[in-house]
This record gives sequence, C-alpha cells and structure tokens, in this order.
Amino acid sequence: MSFLSGLLVDPAPLLVAVPAASAVLLALMPSYRVGALVNVAACGLTFALALLLFGAPRIAGPFLIVDDLNIVFVVLNTFVAFTTAWFSAGYIAHELETGRLTPLNLRFYHAMYQVLLGAMTLALLSNNLGVMWVAIEVATLTTVLMVGLYRTEAAIEAAWKYFMLGSVGIALALFGTILVYMVAQPVVGEGADGMIWSVLMKHAHNFDPALLNVAFVFLLLGYGTKVGLAPLHAWLPDAHSEGPTPISAVLSGLLLNVALFAVLRFKSLLAAHPGTLAPGPLMMAMGLGSLLLAGFMLYRRRDIKRLFAYSSIEHMGIIAFAFGLGGPLANFAGLLHMTMHSLTKSAIFFAVGHACQVKGTQELAQIRGLTTSHPLLGWSLVAGVVAIAGLPPAGVFMSEFLVVTSAFGARPWLALILVLGLLIAFGALMVKLSAIAFGEPSPGTDPVKASFVPMGVHLALVFAAGLYLPPELVAWFRHVAAVLG
Amino acid sequence: MDRTLEIAHGTPLDAALSASLVFDVAHLFAGALVLISFLMLYQDRLYALLKVFALQAVVLSLSVGWQALAQDAPHLYVTAAIALVFKAVVIPLALARMVARLGIHRQVETVVSIGPTMLAGIALVALSLVVMLKATAAVGGAADALAREDLAFALSVVLLGLLMMVTRRNAVSQVIGFMSLENGLILAATGAKGMPLVVEISVAFSVLIALIVIGIFLFRIRERFDTVDVDALDRFRGGRA
Repeated sequence: MSFLSGLLVDPAPLLVAVPAASAVLLALMPSYRVGALVNVAACGLTFALALLLFGAPRIAGPFLIVDDLNIVFVVLNTFVAFTTAWFSAGYIAHELETGRLTPLNLRFYHAMYQVLLGAMTLALLSNNLGVMWVAIEVATLTTVLMVGLYRTEAAIEAAWKYFMLGSVGIALALFGTILVYMVAQPVVGEGADGMIWSVLMKHAHNFDPALLNVAFVFLLLGYGTKVGLAPLHAWLPDAHSEGPTPISAVLSGLLLNVALFAVLRFKSLLAAHPGTLAPGPLMMAMGLGSLLLAGFMLYRRRDIKRLFAYSSIEHMGIIAFAFGLGGPLANFAGLLHMTMHSLTKSAIFFAVGHACQVKGTQELAQIRGLTTSHPLLGWSLVAGVVAIAGLPPAGVFMSEFLVVTSAFGARPWLALILVLGLLIAFGALMVKLSAIAFGEPSPGTDPVKASFVPMGVHLALVFAAGLYLPPELVAWFRHVAAVLG
Repeated sequence: MDRTLEIAHGTPLDAALSASLVFDVAHLFAGALVLISFLMLYQDRLYALLKVFALQAVVLSLSVGWQALAQDAPHLYVTAAIALVFKAVVIPLALARMVARLGIHRQVETVVSIGPTMLAGIALVALSLVVMLKATAAVGGAADALAREDLAFALSVVLLGLLMMVTRRNAVSQVIGFMSLENGLILAATGAKGMPLVVEISVAFSVLIALIVIGIFLFRIRERFDTVDVDALDRFRGGRA
C-alpha cells in the first residue's frame, strides 16, 4: 500500500521513466504487431500517470517541478500521444502492407515514438533550464529521424531542412539559456541554482534587465523556430508532409506546444521583473506575421498535409498573439485555443492519414468527393475542418472569439489585422474543403480498415467544449492564466 | 577595464599579475576563435575548410582548458578533451573520408561571393560587440570584464557560423558552419563561471548526436543522389513549395 501511495504522491518521475523504459523494450521487441500494442499501452499508462498529477502536490525539486501551468501541458500532451498511438497502430499496419515501411523501420519507429514522448514530458516537467533544453533537443532529433523514415527524396530533403533549421533554433536557444544563467549568477550565486526555474522566479526582480532582454530575444527566436513562428517556419510544412501521418499529428499537436511552453516560461520570467522590455509586442508581431503569411499560403497548397501544416502555423500564430497580448482574458483564450487546436488538428491529421491511404496520394487534386465514397471519413474530415476554421459550435470558435474580443479590448488596430487573417484563412480552408469533401469522387474506394475511435473522441471533445466547458476546467485555466501574467 | 579576478592564493601582487595573465590569455584564445571563423569564411576548398575547422577546435579546447585552470573547475577539462578529440580529430577525419569516398565536389560553392560575405561578417562582429558589451554593462561583480568580453566573442563566433551556414551550398560546409556555431556556444558556456556540468556534457553529447545524424543523412542522401549539394535536393520540391 505504501508503494501505491508513494505513486500517488509523486507521479512526475514515472512520467519520464515509463516512456524511457518502453523505448528500450520496444527497441528489443522484434514483432511489430506486439510493438504497436505495447506502444499504445505505454502511452495509455503515461496518460493515466499524467492524470494523477492533478492530485499530486505542487513541488519544485532540484530536477522536476510540478505546477499548475505544466500540468495542463502534460495532460494534453500525454492524451494526444495516447490517441495518436492508437491511430498509428492501424495506420502503420497499412503502410506495411503497401510496402512503404519494413518491420525493422517500425521497430525503430515505435522506440522513437516513446523517446519522443519521454523527452517532451521531461521538457515540460523539468525544473532545470539546461535539462529542458536537452529534452527539447532530443525531441527534435527523434522527430528528424522519423520525418526521414520513408527515405524518399522529398522525405530526406524535409528531414535535412528540419534538422538544419531546428539545430540553428536550438543553438540560439542555448545561447539564450547561457545568458539567463549569466544574469542569474551574480544574484543566486554560482552553480546549479542559477538554472533552476523555481529559484530564478523567486529572484527575478533582482536580475539585470538589459541582459535579460537580450537573453529573451535569443530564446524567443530559438524556441520560436520550433513553434513554427513566421520568419522561422520554413521547416514545418516539409516536415509535416513527408513524414508518417501520426508524426504530423504529434508534431502539430504536441511538439509545437512544448516549444511554446518554453517561450511562456521565459516570458513569465520577464514578466516577474518590472524593468525589462515587455515580451508581449515581440510575440504579437511574430504571431500576427505567422497568421497572415499562413493565411495567404493556404490558398496555393496542392498537398493535403502541407495544407494543414500551414494551418498549424496559422494557429500557433494566433496562440502566440494571445499570449503576447497577456492579461487574464487573453492568456485564458490562448490556453483554450492551444488545447482546442491540439485536439482538432490531430483529429484532422488522423482523417487525412486515412484519406491518403485510401486514395493512395497526398495530392489535393486527386482527393475529391470523400463524403460520397467514404461517408464516415468524409464527414469526419468536414467536421474537423469546420472546427479548425473557427465555425461554431466547435471549441475553436469559442477560443478564437475570446482572442478577438480581448484583442479589441486592448489593441483595436491589431484586432483588425487578426480578424483579417482569420477571415483569409477561413476562406482558404472552405475552398479546399469543398473540393476534398464534395463533388465527383476520385478513384480509390477501398473501405477504411483502421479505427475511427481516436478521431471521434477528439472531435467529440472539441464540439462538446464549444457547447459546455466544465466549471472546474474554467477555474483551472483562469488560475493558470493569472499565473502567466 | 576592471581586471580583478578571484585567485584563491598568493600575495596581492601575485594575484594582480596572475589575474591579468588569466585575462589576457583567455582573451587571446577567444579572439583567435573569432579570427579563425573569418578564416573559415574565405576558404574555397573543402579539405582546407576542414583543416581550418580542426584548428578552431584545437583553439577552443585550449580556451576551455585555460578556463578550467583559471576557474579551478576540473570538470571543464572533460569539455576541453571532447573538443580536442571529437571536434579537432575525429569529425574532420570522418568528414574528409566522406568527401573522398562519396566523390563530393571539393570546391566550396557559395551563394554570395567571398567579399560581401567577409564584409557581412565584420558587421556581425561589430553588432555582437555593441550588443553584448552594452547589455552586460550593468552586471556587477568580479571577473565580469572577462565574462563580458568572452560573451561578445562567443556571440561573434555564433553569428559567423550562422553566416557560413546560409552562404554555403554544400551540405558538408553547412555542417561545418553549424559545428563552428557550436564552438561559439561552448565558449560562452565555459566563460560563464560555475555553469552547471549538465550543460557542458549535454552540449558535447549533442555534437556527437549531431554527427551521427548528419552521417546518416549524408549516407542516405548518397543512396539517391550523386552529390551532397543541397541545391540538388531542391529539384525534388516540384510544385510542393
């Protein structure tokens, strides 16, 4: 019993340990069928552990920290990782049948999936700047390997580009991290303390503001590259379109959030110091830039996964804008939008994965009339796209509405640009959707064999959230929004 | 410039002398790293570029070793050794073998010609000096002059590495640009006094991982193409862009 209560007290270390152990197990496991099941089970266990975090005490140890902010991210992350693993089990079986992947590829893929999950959870739970940086770097490297999994010319190009841009981003982030340590060192003393979040936050008001500003610029550019914000987004569409679809879902739904989480941590560090430059305008500018750029780019897409990759850039732009705006309402809206985007976008990628498999192509021109040939799949995709485009009653509508209203309250001119960007993206998605879902079906009418459950669960959650948010969740998000400042 | 450095033992005169020595030598190494970055910018042969990169790694390892001595931080010797073994010997040799075996063009192909690149490099160094010296002006305390100027040099090396990555077309020279950028990061990390060990090891570790990944990539690229010129990859973009 004492063992069990020990688990209940502190699930945080296990959240990192379970994926790490499963990665080793999966690497040793020759059967890909069992591997897929173990992958799902390990993700499910991690998600269950993440739920235990709600009851866990808020402690900041030398290695791990559990606070209200990262619990939101961890629970969302492990949930989407779990459903994606479920989707992936059916998806990759089909890839094996068509000969795009070998069983050895799959063994590697499953092990890497767990490494990625563990690294992301570690990045979220780490109380040390350096460890967080290492974890994000590991997550990047594993996704680079997975993007290159198919070994086609395009996949190699995408992985190379992602690797190069991601490395530059991660290098800039490390430079920023070193600068933060140099800022902290005169105040908190030499050694490990200068890299511990909880210590830094306590002493933030004594730091030198000028150097902290410079540090933040590097961190925003560095981690911003991984968020996919505007001038640094070039890797994102390639990486999403050339890798296996479950990885596209994980990239969009999870990894972007983890990088955003890093930016938010540093933003709250700056917010704790009155003398620093306001981090908001920088984030708002990058956010609006991403939104507009992605909105226009959506019109010219010919590849379905690329289309939704640009839509991810658009939404990360909206989220960065909301957090840049700051204040309880905008932060609340940002958190909600992030949650809704993760759920909706991964559901869309599940649908897209099935659609690409039945049609045997990613070309938009050859994926038509889905609602006629595959009613369930087609209508699910319609529901997903309607949700992501921000139509009521989906949860995305509510969060976008909140972002827009808080923007009109604080900065009316910027709100106009925001609305313009939203409308542009909306138009593009509707144009593309009508071609994909309706009209004469294109060839490829085999039924979908894989499970629709993950997609259904995500969409149900998104539409339910649009109609009714549990008061506990609202209170929680409100509290976190207040912490973010 | 305030040159008081903490020295644990010795008379005040000794301390002052050795403090000044510590400062000057550290300065020399950091400045040399920046100069070598410029040297890398105007190489037009891959083998020569590899040699210059190895030289930079040697100087980096001397610089880190000197910091280990001056800060009395023995764990930094590990970082110095890693720089010496991996970056100065193993990586250049491996890349040279790769260039020979894959029959890669030995010429460094540039996007912008060398002259404007050098000018841009000078501008970047000036920029990093202005930014870092100004931003760190208010940070008080001992040993700061050294840390501040180290930081300015480190940022210069980082930016020059970045410049090299964007102005080169061959995959190999981009990789070298990236590693030179990491040299700058290590210079900054070791210049920050008492920076926790985790970070140094992780930096070195990430270099190793980076090499493995890059190696895999280069070989994978070789499976399909006859060249590691990144431009060749662009052909396959088709209408996807």
